Amino acid sequence: MAHESTFTPGNRLSKWFDDRLPIERMMHDQFGVFPMPRNLNYLWTFGGILTFFLVVQLLTGIVLAMHFVPHETMAFDSVEHIMRDVNWGWLMRYMHANGASMFFLAAYIHIARGMYYGSYKAPREILWILGVLIFVVMMATAFMGYSLVWGQMSFWAVTVITNLFSSLDSIIDGLGTTIVQWIWGGFSVGNPTLNRLYSLHYLLPFVICGLVVLHIWALHIPGSNNPTGIDIKTKSDSIPFTPYYTVKDGFAMCVFVMLFAAFVFYAPNYLGHPDNYVEANPLATPPHIVPEWYFLPYYAILRAIPDKLFGVIAFAGSISLLLFLPWLDTSKVRSTRYRPIYKWFFALFMIDVVVLGYLGAKPPEGWYLIIGRLATAYYFAHLLLVLPLLGWIEKPSAMPGSITDDVLGKKPAGAK
Amino acid sequence: MKMIASPFAKHAAMIAGAMLLGVTLGTSPAQAAGDLPEIKAQSWTFSGPFGTFDRGQLQRGFKVYKEVCAGCHGLRQLHFRNLGEPGGPEFSEAEVKALAAEVEVKDGPNDEGEMFDRPGKPSDAFVSPFPNENAARAANNGANPPDLSLMAKARVGGPDYIYGLMVGYKEPPSSMKMSEDMSYNDVFPGHQIAMAAPLSEESVEYTDGTKPTLENHAKDVSAFLMWAAEPKLEERHKLGFRFMIYLLILSVLLYLAKRRIWSRLKH
Repeated sequence: MAHESTFTPGNRLSKWFDDRLPIERMMHDQFGVFPMPRNLNYLWTFGGILTFFLVVQLLTGIVLAMHFVPHETMAFDSVEHIMRDVNWGWLMRYMHANGASMFFLAAYIHIARGMYYGSYKAPREILWILGVLIFVVMMATAFMGYSLVWGQMSFWAVTVITNLFSSLDSIIDGLGTTIVQWIWGGFSVGNPTLNRLYSLHYLLPFVICGLVVLHIWALHIPGSNNPTGIDIKTKSDSIPFTPYYTVKDGFAMCVFVMLFAAFVFYAPNYLGHPDNYVEANPLATPPHIVPEWYFLPYYAILRAIPDKLFGVIAFAGSISLLLFLPWLDTSKVRSTRYRPIYKWFFALFMIDVVVLGYLGAKPPEGWYLIIGRLATAYYFAHLLLVLPLLGWIEKPSAMPGSITDDVLGKKPAGAK
Repeated sequence: MKMIASPFAKHAAMIAGAMLLGVTLGTSPAQAAGDLPEIKAQSWTFSGPFGTFDRGQLQRGFKVYKEVCAGCHGLRQLHFRNLGEPGGPEFSEAEVKALAAEVEVKDGPNDEGEMFDRPGKPSDAFVSPFPNENAARAANNGANPPDLSLMAKARVGGPDYIYGLMVGYKEPPSSMKMSEDMSYNDVFPGHQIAMAAPLSEESVEYTDGTKPTLENHAKDVSAFLMWAAEPKLEERHKLGFRFMIYLLILSVLLYLAKRRIWSRLKH
């Protein structure tokens, strides 16, 4: 892909394969000697961590699917059957549930890293867009997976979220209702809904796998960005992926898995909601319907807007706007390190998302609603105003001449 | 934190951490927003990373369940065999057999095509007191006594909540108008509960010398229900400890390997 192949088959069998299906050559070129910037910090280890969690979710999920029963009267009990009677079932289920949370935590750090160091800028636009698409499919997968437990929070979350489509009724009368009933497979959330959510929950992870392959492919064309945002210029700027980053990623992964294990073994229900241990009951609405923590910022945006249709548009827009980030940001400087003003706006944006997450768990009333609206306003202002305008106004600070200069601590050769 | 290169990377990592912490902390007040009173944390033998159940307490708690709660509340996720499994009350095989045999279980059809009643076996599930929700409501002034299998995980506060509920029955404040057949309870949301105070001093006879106070009854049955909701808790804690030690050693080795390999580069 990005560099000349340096692979030479070591024996005749290897050569025989290399002439037919050069997998060994690909592994050698893309994961063995692949040139990486030598200055990556630990925020660059989250790509590997995410791959690890995709595999964890797939493996535990496949085992859970062997025991789960996607039926409205049996789903909840089948989950308890897994927890109580299936060998290691409790471990599989707690790993799967907390694995989803860890997957999102890692994804958020990975996305924030990309935003801070300008990893979405040319020539990495398609790489970034594929990343946003993975994130969207991840959200859909997680939502569907959460519904399968068929507890009270599962059931009512499905009811609330699928009902968002009914907002289309205000454009064409009956359109929204028709779509909602089509999604439900009936006139309320019921067995057909559970069945299709299960089917899609099993399908989408493989879509994610496909997108991940494209994501890595698109990454390996320009190669990795780095904390300076400066391209690799000379041989001394780069080091081979193996052994340097295999061992660094491995170490970071191991530490992150400790956090995962702390949740799985010592607080497996901390990130969940107690109401989901009550079986779904269409006749009793819980007092507060709250999504899983990783959806809270978007939930806050949805509820901040008084109009249902515009709330849904803002909700969808808050994620889909990220697709256009490479063109919304007009600054030529990739790394926020050298953007003295944007630094503060970036910090504000991070705080804004955390505040939105906090408000997503609160009832939308009083001060919560007012702050929620302000935070929503900043979310969009940041993407639609700050990013485009700041690129014109801001004067970047002095940058090092190369990655090697930066690592060896040479003084910058003056502003760009 | 010296492994993170730039101060802003550090900043970003901290924000990300705060993000997880913030939103998770944020969820608990959301649950409390429905005017839930404060639930006092009790000390439990099963809390903490090394926590285990107290066998005697689980056996007493089971007795409280059987003699008091079981009249109205089911425990349908449990099987009698669970009572003898490791990590639980660990009744002996003979005790489990005897406990199971105390209940009538519907079985069949037999060779004549008839359903018949027989004494329970360890492989049988607990039998719920009412055949369906309507029957339960008809017998309880319209209220449906919930199944208790998962109660210790299905309420904010878990076993602390159950304990609080058991000892929380009081005279209603004079300002409060109580509906008919309702009792005032400190921790129940809305304070009006259809269940009359189920436990009091000496509700259940203890044979192991434990004082049969209301507090002890409440504590024992709460611990028993925690086990009922989370029967693999001890196994989980044990495996977790081994796994953590393994990860810790692996992390140290990987870190040293990383240092060694990266030292080949010029600084």
